[in-house]
Amino acid sequence: MAAHKIKHALFCALITLIISYPILGLNLEAQGINVTLSGADAGTLMLVFLAAVLVFLFQLFRDHIMGKVRALPFLQPSQREAMAENKRARIESWVITGIVVLALFWPFFVSRGAVDLATLVLIYIMLGLGLNVVVGLAGLLDLGYVAFYAVGAYTFALLSQYVGISFWMSLPIGACLAALFGLVLGFPVLRLRGDYLAIVTLGFGEIIRILLNNWTSLTGGPNGIGGIPEPTLFGMEFGRRVKGEGNTSFHETFGIAYSSEHKVIFLYLIALLLAVFTALVIRRLMRMPVGRAWEALREDEIAARSLGLSRTAVKLSAFTIGAFFAGFAGTVFASKQGFISPESFVFLESAIVLAIVVLGGMGSQIGVILAATAVTILPELAREFSEYRMLVFGAAMVLMMIWRPQGLMPMRRMHIELKGQE
Amino acid sequence: MLVLENVHTHYGKIEALHGVSVEVNKGEIVSLIGANGAGKTTLLMTVCGSPQASSGRVILEGRDITHEPTAQIMRSGIAIVPEGRRIFSGLTVEENLHMGGFFNTKAEIRKSQDYVYELFPRLKEREHQRAGTMSGGEQQMLAIGRALMSKPRMIILDEPSLGLAPLVIQQIFEIIGQLRDEGITVFLVEQNAHQALNLADRGYVLETGRIRLHDTGKNLLANPDVRNAYLGG
Repeated sequence: MAAHKIKHALFCALITLIISYPILGLNLEAQGINVTLSGADAGTLMLVFLAAVLVFLFQLFRDHIMGKVRALPFLQPSQREAMAENKRARIESWVITGIVVLALFWPFFVSRGAVDLATLVLIYIMLGLGLNVVVGLAGLLDLGYVAFYAVGAYTFALLSQYVGISFWMSLPIGACLAALFGLVLGFPVLRLRGDYLAIVTLGFGEIIRILLNNWTSLTGGPNGIGGIPEPTLFGMEFGRRVKGEGNTSFHETFGIAYSSEHKVIFLYLIALLLAVFTALVIRRLMRMPVGRAWEALREDEIAARSLGLSRTAVKLSAFTIGAFFAGFAGTVFASKQGFISPESFVFLESAIVLAIVVLGGMGSQIGVILAATAVTILPELAREFSEYRMLVFGAAMVLMMIWRPQGLMPMRRMHIELKGQE
Repeated sequence: MLVLENVHTHYGKIEALHGVSVEVNKGEIVSLIGANGAGKTTLLMTVCGSPQASSGRVILEGRDITHEPTAQIMRSGIAIVPEGRRIFSGLTVEENLHMGGFFNTKAEIRKSQDYVYELFPRLKEREHQRAGTMSGGEQQMLAIGRALMSKPRMIILDEPSLGLAPLVIQQIFEIIGQLRDEGITVFLVEQNAHQALNLADRGYVLETGRIRLHDTGKNLLANPDVRNAYLGG
């Protein structure tokens, strides 16, 4: 038994060495036009070796260590379950209200970069919540979600360029057009499940991107579309000079000094408003019969049909509503960037949004919001280790799957106690 | 109530039902028995329109439903308890029941829910539990309860005794008898021939896609052929 353990530990240590030595211990250096390979300094090599020794020791005494870890009190789930369900729900709603209020005033005290990043987080929250309907609730694995995001963004960009429509007009149009695309994609994939559905949606996402890339006369192809206008507040613009006809400028109306931060904060507030709107609408839908129908279809398609549910209607509604909110997010994104190109809508975006849903816990809204925050902010925080960003990201994913396979905050069954019933 | 006239059903090119005629009258329990692969479940699925009959007619309360879509058939006073229960295991017991009354008003759902809890007090105890965590017997009760939520005039049960303990089977069959007494027509498909025929007013024996025998439940139980083939001599 002991021999077996030592063998296993040695093997793990060896793997650690094999993986970490080339990554950390070898450096590519450019000297003129040649690239030379040079070994790292002794300190790094020592660290690599130390890591291997650590892995060896951990594997050798794993059972012992894990037993100790599991005995730690704060990892015991039973104590957390003890809180009464309704008390918990009340605390939860207070916490959420608190966070939203905090988020409202927060941008006035922090740097411009932080607000910009927070806007991006909110866009990903919208995307995550939308995809959560399709993947988390209805159980339809959609790998081409970014297509609807692109539709929303390009709708705004093209309409503003060719027709001169403003952000607020374009927001519902973009969302509805994305929803229409959701419906159109929904029809051919009605009969597909699981892997097959994933492949078809993946293809759909690519079709949209390639179409945008090649339809140069309309979309400008890889050059993208620039000069997308920023949103206005009741006809007030946030730029230094007024561009639109009949508009006034924000700083002149209120008689304050011009600051480029106004625009960033305003965009952030719009994104916050839309993200809260998205969360509330989807929360409402989840409690309505249609939400239960999505879940029923995910759980057992045959049983759902035996109860008279129409597979077509339920699946299409999930696709359409998910796509609708992606269109929302896309419009905000286009407005925030001021410039969009097919580069922004590659498969990796779909994968990240899917990762957000899976990390957060399928079907759980709070989980998705947490995960969207983490997935967007962590890479920014880890900028110094930018070369190892994806490595850290991957490691975080693997650890999650081991310790919390249902996600950060698995979905709980909601139930409403009726007063005076019992 | 339900009439199948010379129904043929195909899976692709393979014909599973070769002209089956069955009649279920209002207020009776009719049992359909047969060996594995005889086409029992196919027959039920044909009634539900998935797959649809390739020829022949299915008539529910005088209405030809042969070519109606499944969703529409299942909303017209008929409910099925599918083979293997097929409850929504991630949803709570209460949510499962509410799914059963999906197309009814809230007041109707409340009423049927009380009725189901009265029929199966055990479900009331487990109201907020995830359905997948219950025992097989409880899940079967839930499946029947869910089917009853739509207030059907006719209920179809596909092997409700599958994989259950004898005592639980007894209980389930008592409930089925009770449903008939309350005026619900029951179409029961079973491998457990003895109990199914004992309870039934009439019975059909299905063999490789054809109806072999058709008689009252008591007569079929006494029939030497049936005894040999399905009741172990």
